[in-house]
Amino acid sequence: MSLMTQQSSEQIDVSQARGRVSWSRILGTVVLSLITLGVLWFVITNERFEWPVVWEYLFNPSVLLGLMMSLFLTVTAMTLGTMLGVVLAAGQLSDYWPYRWACIIFVGFFRGVPPLVQLIFWYNLAYLLPRISVTLPGDREVVGWSTNDLITPLTAAVIGLSLHQSAYMAEIIRAGLLSVDRGQHDAASAMGFSRWNTFSRIVLPQAMRVIIPPSGSQIIALLKGTSLVSVIAMGDLLHAVQVIYNRTYDVVPMLLVAVIWYLVVVTLLTLVQRRIEEHFGRGDAQSRVRAVSGKESTT
Amino acid sequence: MSAAAHDVSTDAVQETLRPVIEVQNLRKVYGGVPALDGVDLQVRPGEVVAVLGPSGSGKSTLVRCIDQLEEIDGGAVFLDGELLGYEQTPGGLRPLSERGRRDQRRLMSMVFQQFNLFPHWTVLRNVMEAPVQVHGLSRDQARQKAVQLLERVGLAEKVLAYPRHLSGGQQQRVAIARAVAVDPRVLLFDEPTSALDPELIGEVLQTIKDLAAGNRTMIVVTHELEFAREVADRCVFMADGRLIEDRPPEEFFTDPRSERLQAFLPRSHGGSGQERS
Repeated sequence: MSLMTQQSSEQIDVSQARGRVSWSRILGTVVLSLITLGVLWFVITNERFEWPVVWEYLFNPSVLLGLMMSLFLTVTAMTLGTMLGVVLAAGQLSDYWPYRWACIIFVGFFRGVPPLVQLIFWYNLAYLLPRISVTLPGDREVVGWSTNDLITPLTAAVIGLSLHQSAYMAEIIRAGLLSVDRGQHDAASAMGFSRWNTFSRIVLPQAMRVIIPPSGSQIIALLKGTSLVSVIAMGDLLHAVQVIYNRTYDVVPMLLVAVIWYLVVVTLLTLVQRRIEEHFGRGDAQSRVRAVSGKESTT
Repeated sequence: MSAAAHDVSTDAVQETLRPVIEVQNLRKVYGGVPALDGVDLQVRPGEVVAVLGPSGSGKSTLVRCIDQLEEIDGGAVFLDGELLGYEQTPGGLRPLSERGRRDQRRLMSMVFQQFNLFPHWTVLRNVMEAPVQVHGLSRDQARQKAVQLLERVGLAEKVLAYPRHLSGGQQQRVAIARAVAVDPRVLLFDEPTSALDPELIGEVLQTIKDLAAGNRTMIVVTHELEFAREVADRCVFMADGRLIEDRPPEEFFTDPRSERLQAFLPRSHGGSGQERS
């Protein structure tokens, strides 16, 4: 192991250098390969996975219908949840304390209650409130519905998931809005931009850089969260495979069908998220501008 | 005919006499500590007023209050004789609506210490967006004007760059072009060179000097004494939230009356005004 120090008189070009041998990495690669082979062996040779059954039911119409319902619930709850989340985030940042506290309490409540509990609660709303109506003084009802007619598994699922989602989105959006430099608000209002223009053209586009990554995770969590609605007999993906294995007793292969579809959708969502992040990468300017001006102000 | 001409001329005379900005007994408190403690200031059309003073003397707070970026706690500010931020109602004096304040802010522009360009927009869009969104110019008109202004501040070839690709001095020159693009009644500068590397200060000061030559009304908060002496019609000295001296630059620098100013000047003047406090 005697190393000769190269003298400067010799011509050296480090571009000729070869990679360094790292024994720990070689060992790591061997271990990972063995684990991969072991898992593949287990999955392929174990008869009980019943891959032919998985394949048979993968594109079964009722499974696909369940998948559609899961996607529909995800999109609906995400859309409603985000819209409400924007309002709640803005409210939490309001300088008028009644708005601020109303929003803080709302978010705290719906972030604190487990979504499963919420779903069951909304599904049983009729017990508390048999009739939903607008009544004038003197007990004259203007419009009214029986709660049991309004609250179906679908409406209970949409309400429960949207409220749960709105509380999380409110926190994500609030963090995004706070990440935008105070000077941007100053510049926008000094220029006479309206509050809406300031929000939609200046602050929100810059906040998106911070908002998008956790929102992506939030959509994925929501998609998986839709499986909770199977407890209120809502026909989502999990419910669809449950109905089938309750009949055929093919529990493992049917769960694999659901797993495959969840993974497919989550993978697609992740790809879309990466593309959107790249689009808003322009906003990356923000952090660099701050770094540059910070450096300058200390000189 | 002659009567009409007479009226026009007296209007014009009154126009030149009436201050663009009038600050009366302005007070502002931060957490119990007065940042502005009864400031009076008048700025007439075309005048350039330099505001000097040690850090924490309330200079920045003063221009930020004038632009209504801070709520004021007492006194009043007028723009062209119109009370800023408040209105007389049958129920007494009340804060103006958000919209009313916005209409007043459109008449002023501000250049910030940290530039505050919009990082997600190109240089061109930074300059043309306010004329379009706030002042109702067509996009073509606004673009033409923005390009002209960017040529004048020497950044013609940077119109499509994003702010992060520019040096601090270039960013500040864009910010100045952005402020001028709306033809403000008064231009406010809040320490425009304090965040810049020393070698970049000159280009920004030159840009401001060029503007001053164009008969614009300006209030410039700065640490650059030499610059203030050259450009300003009046120099104002602030300390502890009060306005202590308000005089023409030649007297201000050669014959300071207050002890505070005497203490302020030699210390900063050691390097022939190049040195900043």
